Amino acid sequence: MIHFILLFSRQGKLRLQKWYTTLPDKEKKKIIREIVQIILSRNQKTSSFVDWKDLKLVYKRYASLYFCCAIEDQDNELLTLEVVHRYVELLDKYFGNVCELDIIFNFEKAYFILDEFIIGGEVQETSKKIAVKAIEDCDMLQETVEEYMNKPAF
Amino acid sequence: MSDVVERTLSALPGLLGQHDPGTGPGGAGGPARVSATSRLGSLIRSITALTSKHEEEKLIQQELTSLKATVSAPTTTLKLMKECMVRLIYCEMLGYESSFGYIHAIKLAQQGNLLEKRVGYLAVSLFLHENHELLLLLVNTVVKDLQSTNLVEVCMALTVVSQIFPREMIPAVLPLIEDKLQHSKEIIRRKAVQALYKFYLIAPNQVQHIHDKFRKALCDRDAGVMAASLHIYLQMIKENSSGYKDLTGSFVTILKQVVGGKLSSDFNYHSVPAPWLQIQLLRILGLLGKDDPRTSELMYDVLDESLRRAEINHNITYAILFECVQTIYTIYPKSELLEKAAKCIGKFVLSPKINLKYLGLKALTYVIQQDPNLALQHQMTIIECLDHPDPIIKRETLELLYRITNGQNVIVIVQKMLDYLKESKEEYAIINLVAKVAELAEKYAPNNEWFIQTMNAVFSVGGDVVHPDIPNNFLRLLAEGFDDGKEDHQLRMYAVQSYLSLLGEEDALYPQKFLQVMSWVLGEYFSLVTDVDPEVILTKLHSLLKKTYVTSETKAWIMAAVTKIASHTSCSETVDKLIQEFSSSLDTCIRQYAFELKHLCEDKALMKNLLPFDASCNDMVVDASLSFLDGFVAEGLGRGAAPYKPHHQRQEEKLSQEKALNFEPYGLSFASSVSSSGVTGRQSPTGLSFGSDTSGNSAETGHKETNTLKLEGVRKLWGKEGYLPKKEKVGKENEPQTVSCGSLLAGQAGDPPVLRSDQGASLTEEDKEKQQLASTLFVGLGSSAGVSLMGKADTATQKFKRKSKINETQHSEEASDFKSSAASDFGPLLDTAPINTEDSEESTHTRSRKASLCSSDIVEDNLAFETPQSLKKSVLDDRLSDNRVSQSSLFADSNIEIFQPSPSAQCESASETLLVPSLPEELQELPHSEVLELHQSDALALYLCKAWTDDSLLLTVLISNKTTSALNAVNLVFEETEHFQILESPTHQFPVIEAQSLEHCQKCVRMNKICTQGILSGSVSYQSEMETRLEFSVTLSLMDFIRPMEMTTEDFGKLWLSLSNDVKQNIKMSSSQDSLSAALNTLQQKLKLHIVDIIGNEGILACQLLPSVPCLLHCRTHSGMLAVWFRSPCAALPDGLLYQCQKVMGES
Repeated sequence: MIHFILLFSRQGKLRLQKWYTTLPDKEKKKIIREIVQIILSRNQKTSSFVDWKDLKLVYKRYASLYFCCAIEDQDNELLTLEVVHRYVELLDKYFGNVCELDIIFNFEKAYFILDEFIIGGEVQETSKKIAVKAIEDCDMLQETVEEYMNKPAF
Repeated sequence: MSDVVERTLSALPGLLGQHDPGTGPGGAGGPARVSATSRLGSLIRSITALTSKHEEEKLIQQELTSLKATVSAPTTTLKLMKECMVRLIYCEMLGYESSFGYIHAIKLAQQGNLLEKRVGYLAVSLFLHENHELLLLLVNTVVKDLQSTNLVEVCMALTVVSQIFPREMIPAVLPLIEDKLQHSKEIIRRKAVQALYKFYLIAPNQVQHIHDKFRKALCDRDAGVMAASLHIYLQMIKENSSGYKDLTGSFVTILKQVVGGKLSSDFNYHSVPAPWLQIQLLRILGLLGKDDPRTSELMYDVLDESLRRAEINHNITYAILFECVQTIYTIYPKSELLEKAAKCIGKFVLSPKINLKYLGLKALTYVIQQDPNLALQHQMTIIECLDHPDPIIKRETLELLYRITNGQNVIVIVQKMLDYLKESKEEYAIINLVAKVAELAEKYAPNNEWFIQTMNAVFSVGGDVVHPDIPNNFLRLLAEGFDDGKEDHQLRMYAVQSYLSLLGEEDALYPQKFLQVMSWVLGEYFSLVTDVDPEVILTKLHSLLKKTYVTSETKAWIMAAVTKIASHTSCSETVDKLIQEFSSSLDTCIRQYAFELKHLCEDKALMKNLLPFDASCNDMVVDASLSFLDGFVAEGLGRGAAPYKPHHQRQEEKLSQEKALNFEPYGLSFASSVSSSGVTGRQSPTGLSFGSDTSGNSAETGHKETNTLKLEGVRKLWGKEGYLPKKEKVGKENEPQTVSCGSLLAGQAGDPPVLRSDQGASLTEEDKEKQQLASTLFVGLGSSAGVSLMGKADTATQKFKRKSKINETQHSEEASDFKSSAASDFGPLLDTAPINTEDSEESTHTRSRKASLCSSDIVEDNLAFETPQSLKKSVLDDRLSDNRVSQSSLFADSNIEIFQPSPSAQCESASETLLVPSLPEELQELPHSEVLELHQSDALALYLCKAWTDDSLLLTVLISNKTTSALNAVNLVFEETEHFQILESPTHQFPVIEAQSLEHCQKCVRMNKICTQGILSGSVSYQSEMETRLEFSVTLSLMDFIRPMEMTTEDFGKLWLSLSNDVKQNIKMSSSQDSLSAALNTLQQKLKLHIVDIIGNEGILACQLLPSVPCLLHCRTHSGMLAVWFRSPCAALPDGLLYQCQKVMGES
């Protein structure tokens, strides 16, 4: 099970955080600080995995953005890397050539996509098409509603 | 993908520069790029522009203040609110508290349109945690949205439920979600399954009844729904694999289809069909096939195919291969597959990619005990990984080496581990590895010097974070010694010497635990070293005492050592100095020690007697009951002093005097009762009669502790994996008897390491070095080194096998533990893999534990099975007699409107009638009340009888026709009341009742709303000359609907924790029920409660309100009061029962 997912920039700015275990806020802040530091200080030639307490951190960098998941010992590290990759693919499909700015300014959308893909720390929708469609359906519906609401009533 | 995220933060200023700050939401760009110019956009932009953390803080605080004003303003539109919420989420992400907005997030989810609702739900799922009180406010919204006709709303509700939902509110949404399993849209079905998975995780009991529906989801025509159900199955199979063996075939079929590419290509990931699904299935198969040849047989084919199909060189195929290998090594082995899996591992290990190499090592670690030859095959790679710059690879390699350690390679491996430890700074890793080093050292130490030095390293590197077991075990090992007295002597002597030299170093700082170990050893065994003057040791200890970094706990250890040494030296200047110095210490503990030492020094004979040499394992006879004070106490009592009451008793008395209700949380009194049990043990009513036997020693205290009932303990003791073994107590010193298991000890040290460096003639220096390392590391592995050799090494080198001090008769479980370890030590040398002796030992342990536990379970079950039977009978009998006796009184004080005859009148009237009502035969077998006359007229008589069946209250109405002509169309109608419900229909019609005959009808009654007593009225109408109507009423008590509920203590514990409604009350016990069991028997007989267990002065009982509302009771006696604690899912039930309890306790 994934315990949490963090997205942060090369400068150490947090872009997105999702927790699948219950922790007090203070603890979360501490963990984020610690992990960001650990990962940013890793050199490029090392593996994508880091031991961290009784968990393992699996991370990957896409351009300037780091994606980091904390998983349990019995989880499959390689698969987690692919979870990250699939998430990036989903973002890409939704935003169309996604960049960090998309995630910065539309982080709520990034959350929606994540919630469609991973629930409770487990991968739920493995079909890319369906996951993105679910989000787009929402958007479409919303837009129609908005249009409808905004239309002047003559 | 690398080109996917090309534009980076460096592009940020440029993009932002295109827009003026503060422009309203612009429609430029695609749907996703809208908000760059919104308020959020400007917030983000200004934050990026800032340079210091301080400025950021200021800005965000400003932002939060303005947000706070906006969200709480009544004029704020939902649309604006949505925007505020997004900004709040952003602030929270940056680590700023914005709890003022939580309630508005919930409101937004409740009131907004789709767009706003979605943000509201998102904010809720990000802001709140599972136990947040505000979450309750969300329940209504979720329920509403689940019933919505809009699919998107339903989806959103399901998503939020599967992320975060209050456990106690599950029943409110469960039926709605169950309905969704039949929804026509697959996405809804899938999300419903996800929600149920969440419920299964947080409250497995609540979804027990829908296991069939899980099966349906597994067979769903949509692959997504099926995949979602696998999460539930994986979890359930983890907990109980034997219950799902029948599904193996289905899982295999699904996997076959997936691997064969039968799934829609939507699920492909880099042209691999549904990899997540495959891995999920492989894990499930692994769990199902473990230790089960027959089930494993079913999956060999598909595993083979999975291995074959995963050919593309991509991470995802490696991920699948890795799972495959794990599954193949987990299930019952098949040599062909093992071979292929081994080849696969080779691919991983030899890969130049670090990630794959790491997984290869992980796989090797997993399989190495089954297949030690693999380690030999890859020894050079392993050596390389040992010096890998990436710490995770190093750590995994050490883990691997740890598993192949034997008597011959232990020195090299432990050295490597210590090297790693010295570099590592991460506390978690240190604790973990230090424990392993200590374990290996104890198990395979080749000689004394090495052992002591290794342990020294463990203590100095491990510092104070080492697990307390490590120093304790080490000291015990030294103290208890082995068979060979000479060895013991040498080991201890060496320890003393080594510590003396360590303490001799100037300015060396040692961890506290290490200092404690040193001072204990020095105090105990200083005299073994004859060439050192005790005065020197004392000086060293004295100087330690003055160091500021030494904690007072450690100082206490040191003082104890000084005392011990002082007892064996005639007179010492240092001791005198020390006494003088510390008699005025500010630390009261140290001062006390100093005074004790001073007084002891004045009486050397006593001191010697008190501190004998090398007697740490011997038991000191201590008069724990303090019988020598009996005279003093008697004198005091004689002068009229009050007898002693233990602390908790005093407190409770005080409490019960102060207020009628006990508001004290139960947990506290639990603790005090446990800790003070030793004290109560020696308390007797008179304060005089306790003897001077050693009744208060720790063994008995321990015994008492297990005797008291700890409900929370039930769960702790039993984990998911079964019984969590309790650590042996360290403080065995007080145990009365020691039985040494000499036969368990192994004598000889292992063979010296054999070097095999003949291969490396043409190799470079470095390679040669590696080769040499390899030969030392992998010696004794695999077939070439010889099974027999390994076997021998393993048994022979268990040098420090602990001598048992366990009294075998004391704990059968521990004893069986020992037997099993003995068996695996000496028994099966024919193990194919000699290295896994340790592991097999472990598994035998667990197996034998399980076995013994099972048997005890069975015993318990039998008990549980037998007692309720007999109890039930007695309860029923009692109920019968009880009812016969109490019937009249019961009805006398209730207001029966029509029927108020005196018992004699009843007899008279009964004898007058020709037709003596007798019950139908089927009722006579049931426990029932006496037949009661409800109404008597010239024409007919009405009787009623209650019968208590297991699942309802059966009311039988008997109507006898006293006239000489038949009565037609007799109608019986029960009136509806809010408290009771008549099952089926509340009316009954007798078409005809013949003259002078008796008819009856039966109605099942349930209690709908709880009340202690209620009246059920009805009427009988019939046609004779004119319409006649007779009214009657009966009183039904709560107790008519209470049945005993049989359960085991374990179930009780589980259920107890899951129930929320609490009622606690102290009930005064009358003198006739002074003991707990008497009180509980009263409750059992009068109230039909089932006694689950009685332990010590605590008892647990269970009952249920029909049809199936449980109520659990926990009773404890103290000073004439019975403290009763009820728990039930229904709030009113405990109150009702409490009233009944008070009534019966007061009566008797």
